[in-house]
Amino acid sequence: MTTAKPVNQRAWWLVLPVLISVAFSALIPLMTVVNYSVQDILSPSQSVYVGMEWYKEVLRDSDLHSALVRQLLFSGAVLAVEIPLGVALALAMPAAGWRSSLVLVLLAMPLLVPWNVVGTIWQIFSRADIGLLGYTLTRFGVDYNYAQSSVAAWCTVLIMDVWHWTPLVALLAYAGLRAIPEAYYQAARIDGASRWAVFRYIQLPKLRGVLMIAVLLRFMDSFMIYTEPFVLTGGGPGTSTTFLSQYLTQKAVGQFDLGPAAAFSMVYFLIILLLCFVLYNYIKDVGTADRSSS
Amino acid sequence: MARIELVDVGHSYSASASAPAGQSDALDWALLPMTMTWADGGAYALLGPSGCGKTTLLNIISGLIAPTRGQILLDGRDVTLLAPEHRNIAQVFQFPVVYDTMTVFDNLAFPLRNRQWRTPEVRTRVHEIAEILELLPDLGRRARGLSADAKQKISLGRGLVRPDVAAVLFDEPLTVIDPHLKWLLRRKLKQIHQQLRLSLIYVTHDQTEALTFADQIVLMTKGEVVQAGTAQELFEAPAHRFVGHFIGTPGMNFLDCEWRDGAARIAGTQIVTASGGIPPAGAKLLIGIRPEFVELHDHASANSVPARICAVRDLGASTMVQLQLGPAAVWAKLRNTRHVPELGPVFAHLPPVRCALYADERRVA
Repeated sequence: MTTAKPVNQRAWWLVLPVLISVAFSALIPLMTVVNYSVQDILSPSQSVYVGMEWYKEVLRDSDLHSALVRQLLFSGAVLAVEIPLGVALALAMPAAGWRSSLVLVLLAMPLLVPWNVVGTIWQIFSRADIGLLGYTLTRFGVDYNYAQSSVAAWCTVLIMDVWHWTPLVALLAYAGLRAIPEAYYQAARIDGASRWAVFRYIQLPKLRGVLMIAVLLRFMDSFMIYTEPFVLTGGGPGTSTTFLSQYLTQKAVGQFDLGPAAAFSMVYFLIILLLCFVLYNYIKDVGTADRSSS
Repeated sequence: MARIELVDVGHSYSASASAPAGQSDALDWALLPMTMTWADGGAYALLGPSGCGKTTLLNIISGLIAPTRGQILLDGRDVTLLAPEHRNIAQVFQFPVVYDTMTVFDNLAFPLRNRQWRTPEVRTRVHEIAEILELLPDLGRRARGLSADAKQKISLGRGLVRPDVAAVLFDEPLTVIDPHLKWLLRRKLKQIHQQLRLSLIYVTHDQTEALTFADQIVLMTKGEVVQAGTAQELFEAPAHRFVGHFIGTPGMNFLDCEWRDGAARIAGTQIVTASGGIPPAGAKLLIGIRPEFVELHDHASANSVPARICAVRDLGASTMVQLQLGPAAVWAKLRNTRHVPELGPVFAHLPPVRCALYADERRVA
């Protein structure tokens, strides 16, 4: 016999504050962008509905295509370097005692530096004439000048991002490692597991959750990167380090093409959403799909 | 097959290196130096309250911890400095340890593959063990999704799969298992013990588990082994006051007494005990008797002391009687009583063979 529970939906009112704050912080601005993206703003009081026109224009824009490719390459490179490096750092960090506290503080320092300061630091640090890095490299005969060579500019932006954000990955991985119960390591010792097997079969599977967060955070952040390359290279030389945000800003603020910029923003937003969705679902299932036994 | 001998093995977590002999008393021992032999093929339960050093002792035997001092011999071979993977000892932990991303088969094969076994042999051996553990239908499944008891069987299987394994150490392996499955798993363990003729050492703080599982019970408290013996020995002749308290429900009664004119006396009444020896002078003396052996009489006789019945509880198969004996509260557990005793004065008879003298917590021989 089942007794019907009295239906009480009043608890939904408790969601209201969240809905209101989300509306003001996300929904309303987003709807404004949607609104702009389908109109041609001629003057503040005059606008014409243009439908999908701006979207078509944006999707056909070859500058946008190359910015998108650059962006994907950059985000891919960021993930490929920062995730393994962060895990390696976390594995090498002392587990307890004053040494671990010291390392944690040192590691967290780059995370405390504001974005534009990071850009400025590296801008000066890498200058071939007065920067420590640039000057040293030049003295050793390396042809390094990020203002002229797009390879040098790319490497500098990438290394700057690695310096700035690898600590975040390392801290996340470190927390994940500390959460693995000691019994796993003890069992592995009794089973005669090698150091590599311990990493492959215990540490890596147990880190999957935190690494997923690290990958998503680093992907989204690097995909939206703006300040550091803007300060460091200004998108140059040429357009070699002009990533999506910067291209968007040039359009919206520089040329004041509000319609195309809004359509661009929407596309940009959808790309991030789509890629995060794919990444999340892919990583969630890594190592869980059933294999047949040998 | 292996006989495990511990020779003067002691461990302290605060001292990393072996301390000079003169200073050893100052160490904060997690495990007091002890010498003990675990017979080949025996089923031992290591029983004691939390933090008494059970797990430390287990980890020393398996090699996860190097003892601060002493030697461990397996069949006479000194293995004190040998790494855990080179000892033929397996260990099962409190929480099931499985390699999440592997299948059950790969989990069981893992120790063999680490020892460079060839694929066909791995396959045969894994199937043998899976059959014993009733894991055959799950071999192709991923270990992650299995229930806690299946996972615990896998951890056990990873120990058993190595054919050289002579002893399996269990560290409270049934803690996270559902009660109705505990019983099945415990029976499985007994069966494996008989089938594979392994030595088993089983850490627990649940005395029912210990009493049903093991032939020999080793009782520990505060880093010290206080008694090792069969369940009956521990029940009938506790060597230490702690054993009396820990084994049995309720625990043993202990009554203050004094030693005068060559006999133990409670409030002046001479009590003859099973202890023939003379207690050391100045020791704190107690007479211990199990509630099961206290008899209630309505007249005075030899070895009986006047008391008062304060409370009576009928438990069905037995009757619990709470007595006030001078300043002490004493339990008597009566069986086959026709009538429920009435509250009021009574004589508590302490049968001489059933009570013993304890000097400074330890039983006098």
